[in-house]
Amino acid sequence: MNALINYTLHLADNSLILGQRNSEWCGHGPVLEQDIAITNISLDLIGQARNFYQYASSLINQRGKPLNNPASEDSLAYLRTEREFKNCLLTEQPNGDWGQTVLRQFFFSQYQYLLFQQLQNSKDEQIAAIAVKSLKEVSYHLRWSSEWVIRLGDGTEESHRRTLKAIDELWMYSGELFQPASYELLILNEGIASDLDLLKPKWEEKVKEIFSEANLPVPENVFIQTGGKEGRHTEQLGYILAELQFMQRTYPGNEW
Amino acid sequence: MNNTIDTSEKKIRSLLEKVTDPEIPVLSILDLGLVREINVSDSETEVIITPTYSGCPAMDVIRMNIQTTLLSHGYKNIKVTQALSPAWTTDWMSEEGKRKLKEYGIAPPNPRQQVCNQKLFEAAEAVQCPRCDSYHTHRVSEFGSTSCKALYFCDHCKEPFDYFKSH
Ligand SMILES: [Zn+2]
Repeated sequence: MNALINYTLHLADNSLILGQRNSEWCGHGPVLEQDIAITNISLDLIGQARNFYQYASSLINQRGKPLNNPASEDSLAYLRTEREFKNCLLTEQPNGDWGQTVLRQFFFSQYQYLLFQQLQNSKDEQIAAIAVKSLKEVSYHLRWSSEWVIRLGDGTEESHRRTLKAIDELWMYSGELFQPASYELLILNEGIASDLDLLKPKWEEKVKEIFSEANLPVPENVFIQTGGKEGRHTEQLGYILAELQFMQRTYPGNEW
Repeated sequence: MNNTIDTSEKKIRSLLEKVTDPEIPVLSILDLGLVREINVSDSETEVIITPTYSGCPAMDVIRMNIQTTLLSHGYKNIKVTQALSPAWTTDWMSEEGKRKLKEYGIAPPNPRQQVCNQKLFEAAEAVQCPRCDSYHTHRVSEFGSTSCKALYFCDHCKEPFDYFKSH
């Protein structure tokens, strides 16, 4: 039960944190259509997060919590501390320029696309249902971000150079997507979590395909940063949570 | 008062016909295919709905509007439940709904194709302009003013328009 709760929170946190990051572009996108695109993606991700948080809170409340203080999607998003968040480090990295944002989205969407394909068959019915629902949306995100990576990588000298820099910034965080956390291993054999070992080669193959179309090199022998899934984050997460949680922390229970 | 309330599913459906999508007010939640089930018992009226997109902010408003519509007609203990599975698809939109959409200026969804394939730069679907009926249109962006719409442009009448994405 605890492992399932942690796994559900991990899936929720990934979507929430990247959704929050992307939303920083609202009103600042390079052109109106792309401003709308990135904020739409944000909305989809926050929607996924809500579904996972609702499920996690029902599990937590079943397990038994003080009745006057039950868990809810809001308490999970707004009142947990940095160490309790289980998102991958990739999702909390700064937006950088547009190239860095779309590359981060491409890495993540390609991962989510493969992940949700597997989770559609999860033995846990609710996780399977959220995966089916989300997969349709993720396929848009993936197409959009792949197109952008090719467009920038195979674009002008400047866009190519900036994309190389984005790879430099982000590649070291891509490996964590496929490093199972302790709670993931516990429910893997029950057929609930997905087998990341199976996803990894597929992800690498797809990234290679897009990179070759985009005229970009696939990095080799890069040291992989990990820890996010277990609550050990880069300094970036603190800033995100400060902004995200400020209202509920300052005015507890505030509604509007 | 209870004996004056018609608790048949048919009656409740006719009331839900008045609950519309706040972002596309010409469509009722029945036109959209959001109502999956209605269960009436002596103690409770349950409406099971399914969201269009995970992040659709209209869902909270719709849930509230179902509550208030039924409450104002004397129903008590109304429960609005959300079911994610099976996942909503535009194939559930009624023909009447598609007609109303077009009249409203939004191109209705085409029958669904394989949306889950990952072809790059795939040819955008042939979408008919809701104003002049030309198929001579192109996609400006896959993302529009709401999750369910894409942005198109008619090369015939030179007007931009929204397309309700086939999903
Ligand atoms: Zn036209």
